[in-house]
Amino acid sequence: MDPIIAAFELVMTWQVLTTLLMAALFGLLVGAIPGLTATMATALLVPLTFFMDPIPAVGAMVTCAAMAIFAGDIPSALLRMPGTPASAAYSDEAYAMTRKGQAETVLGACVLFSAIGGLFGTAVLIFAAPALAEIALNFSSPEYFWMALLGLTCSAFIGAASPLKGAVSLLIGLFVATIGLNNPAGVPRFTFGSTEMMAGIDFIPAMIGLFAVSEVFRTIAAGAPPWEGVQGKVGNIFRNWGGMVKTYWRQQIRGNVMGTLIGILPGAGADVAAYVSYAVSRRFSRTPEKFGTGHLEGIVESTSANNASLSSAWIPALVFGIPGDTITAIVIGVLYVKGMNPGPTLFLFNPQTIYAVFLIFILANLLMVPLGWVAIKLAKRLLQAPRTVLMPIILAFCIVGAFGSNNTAYGIIVMLVFGVLGFFMEENDIPIAPCILGIVIGPILERNFITTMIKSDGSIVAFFDRPIAAGLGVFLILVWLSVLVGVIRQRRSGQMSEADQT
Amino acid sequence: MLRRTLLGLMASAGVVAGILPLATPAMAQYPDRPLTIIVPWGAGGGTDATARIIGSLLEKELGQPVNVTNRTGGSGVVGHSAIAEAEADGYTLGIATVEIGMMHWQGLTNLTWEAYTPLALMNEDAAGVQVSADSEYENLEGLLEAIKSSPAGTFRASGTGQGGIWHLAIAGMLNDKGIDPALVSWVPSEGAAPGLQDLVAGGVGIVPCSLVEARSLIDAGRVKSLAVMSPDRSELFPDVPTLKEAAGSDWQIGAWRGIVGPKGLPEDVAAKLTEALKTVYDSEEYRGFMEKQGFGVRWAPAAEFGDFMDKSNKALGETMKAVGLAK
Repeated sequence: MDPIIAAFELVMTWQVLTTLLMAALFGLLVGAIPGLTATMATALLVPLTFFMDPIPAVGAMVTCAAMAIFAGDIPSALLRMPGTPASAAYSDEAYAMTRKGQAETVLGACVLFSAIGGLFGTAVLIFAAPALAEIALNFSSPEYFWMALLGLTCSAFIGAASPLKGAVSLLIGLFVATIGLNNPAGVPRFTFGSTEMMAGIDFIPAMIGLFAVSEVFRTIAAGAPPWEGVQGKVGNIFRNWGGMVKTYWRQQIRGNVMGTLIGILPGAGADVAAYVSYAVSRRFSRTPEKFGTGHLEGIVESTSANNASLSSAWIPALVFGIPGDTITAIVIGVLYVKGMNPGPTLFLFNPQTIYAVFLIFILANLLMVPLGWVAIKLAKRLLQAPRTVLMPIILAFCIVGAFGSNNTAYGIIVMLVFGVLGFFMEENDIPIAPCILGIVIGPILERNFITTMIKSDGSIVAFFDRPIAAGLGVFLILVWLSVLVGVIRQRRSGQMSEADQT
Repeated sequence: MLRRTLLGLMASAGVVAGILPLATPAMAQYPDRPLTIIVPWGAGGGTDATARIIGSLLEKELGQPVNVTNRTGGSGVVGHSAIAEAEADGYTLGIATVEIGMMHWQGLTNLTWEAYTPLALMNEDAAGVQVSADSEYENLEGLLEAIKSSPAGTFRASGTGQGGIWHLAIAGMLNDKGIDPALVSWVPSEGAAPGLQDLVAGGVGIVPCSLVEARSLIDAGRVKSLAVMSPDRSELFPDVPTLKEAAGSDWQIGAWRGIVGPKGLPEDVAAKLTEALKTVYDSEEYRGFMEKQGFGVRWAPAAEFGDFMDKSNKALGETMKAVGLAK
């Protein structure tokens, strides 16, 4: 018990607690501004940590990242601008709820299930880190290839209302992902000799364009009508928490487990976790037809998953120094500077420091509830502003975010192009979320396909000759078959009912 | 405001007292607004971390805020171009990396080191030869023999993109030992960390990245390093032999980072920056940070740094041509 008491002593000082609070507020602010990501928030903290003690330094980064991922849900639900890619999977759904006047319900659910998801991931991190990191280390390119393909399948065929239109959107995203130099062969593709295009299409300005700018265009085209639903007063976000946990306990646990599992893998992060969870939720729902119309079920599952994966991304980082995502990549550098070198020895020789870090994880997720409440309360006032005033302000924020993602005006051009694209896609009922996933996962899919083929000298058998890869491959083929069978059955029953009528 | 005035006074006092012998009156005014350091690589990487520590220490030296911004993509082409195209007034600087001497040979850009005003070389990390801890090869000689006598494709290496610095490191080493570089196939990866993970997962056999990048896995007993491609052994792992000791090869290669400005920086401004960077380089904070991260330090001021880049550029070009990576 001694190290645990020592850990409490390390954390429960006013210095550490003030640092955590400041970092939380900072993370909340950055996360809530679309275009500024959790990774960016963490990177901005790095120079400050040079002058801090190890525990507040690491604590500040943990807290800041957790807050930023949750805060991404706020503009996502209120303005349909996902603050981070991890919120993009259920942005449409959450915004639909806001339009029905249920903003406080959906945001309340986001706070609650983000915090629970984060705590679940932390629990796994505390109790099973070394064993799970061992499994994650066995993942090589064929396994990641199947994972990426599974993610894409989920978004296009299971997560979308119309599989065909989902596939169209996904293909647009995959095409965009091929632009630039960042492919395994290092060959420029579709760059037209432009240096900026060599960098490819950054998904942050693309995401802002597809979701937020297209919404601005649509509002203007419709003459900025007032909100459809009646906005309740600044409602009580805590209302009905008990009911939600009771109704959606299955979804929540499934989201937690799925998020944790995906987060452990160094090649997949919070965004993939959210997409897969949303699709799983729809697949196993008793009321899949309600998805996309402002239904809480899928949101609960995917918001749990993205925060759970954020905590479990630390498992390979702490045990082997292999970053689970870009945020942990930054933190690993800071761990070294502070003399807390990641590795199995961290758990053996410095248990009080590692317990202190765990304690901070728990505190950060608990802190999310009161701070999230304040942030939502402030942000909800946005909805009381007339839309003719709100839309230009949103556009201004979009421009700032698109510029800020890589500090270049090129980001703004990308944003505008994708704004127009998003507008036309939605006018034709093509969903946007699969396109975003295509941009994010396309490079992962291609890279792992090519590297596997290089390793095996072009033999396709490589995708099945390792046990985990074979298991994932067979599972994916079964998923495809079940989708296919479902489509055929639907056709048949459709024909039969037609036949009955005639 | 008071701080700025005070610093201004101090700077002028410095000029008057002749503490800064190269000073001209214009220098007393520079810098009077915030500076920007452009990083051609992503937040969270080694280059980013180095730029940020330099930035925060430079801020103290110059008395003006120093913003570090990432301009990523295109294997470093985008950021390096942004530095070269910035206004040469000393307010936009950048951290150039070894890739500036590589990408033009591949035909990705026309940029070379000559597009910059060299200010200071701050760091260099030599390549190593890492294999999995349970690999049957205990030393480099054994590994090289096995590569020579096996059919092409038996050995696979990873750790960076196609034609990246670590790809060049192993190809150059094999070339130097008279072994056909094509015998080891290169598996492109997004940096050293995924390459190392694939090494442990059994996907590849060799990762020729720097020792610092492999540090946590070496410490965890999962990866072992057979040699380091530098003139002296690494301070981080003194037990790892140099390439000369392990295989009798004179081949040396490493990734370096240095602060540059766009070409044509005013001389007084460049002199002031180099001097400030020297103070940063010598500071305990910088040394402590680099030592703890495990990064190597190497210093070369202005013109010397220019010569260094020139040599690096030629050596890289020769190797790239020899192993068929240049266009």
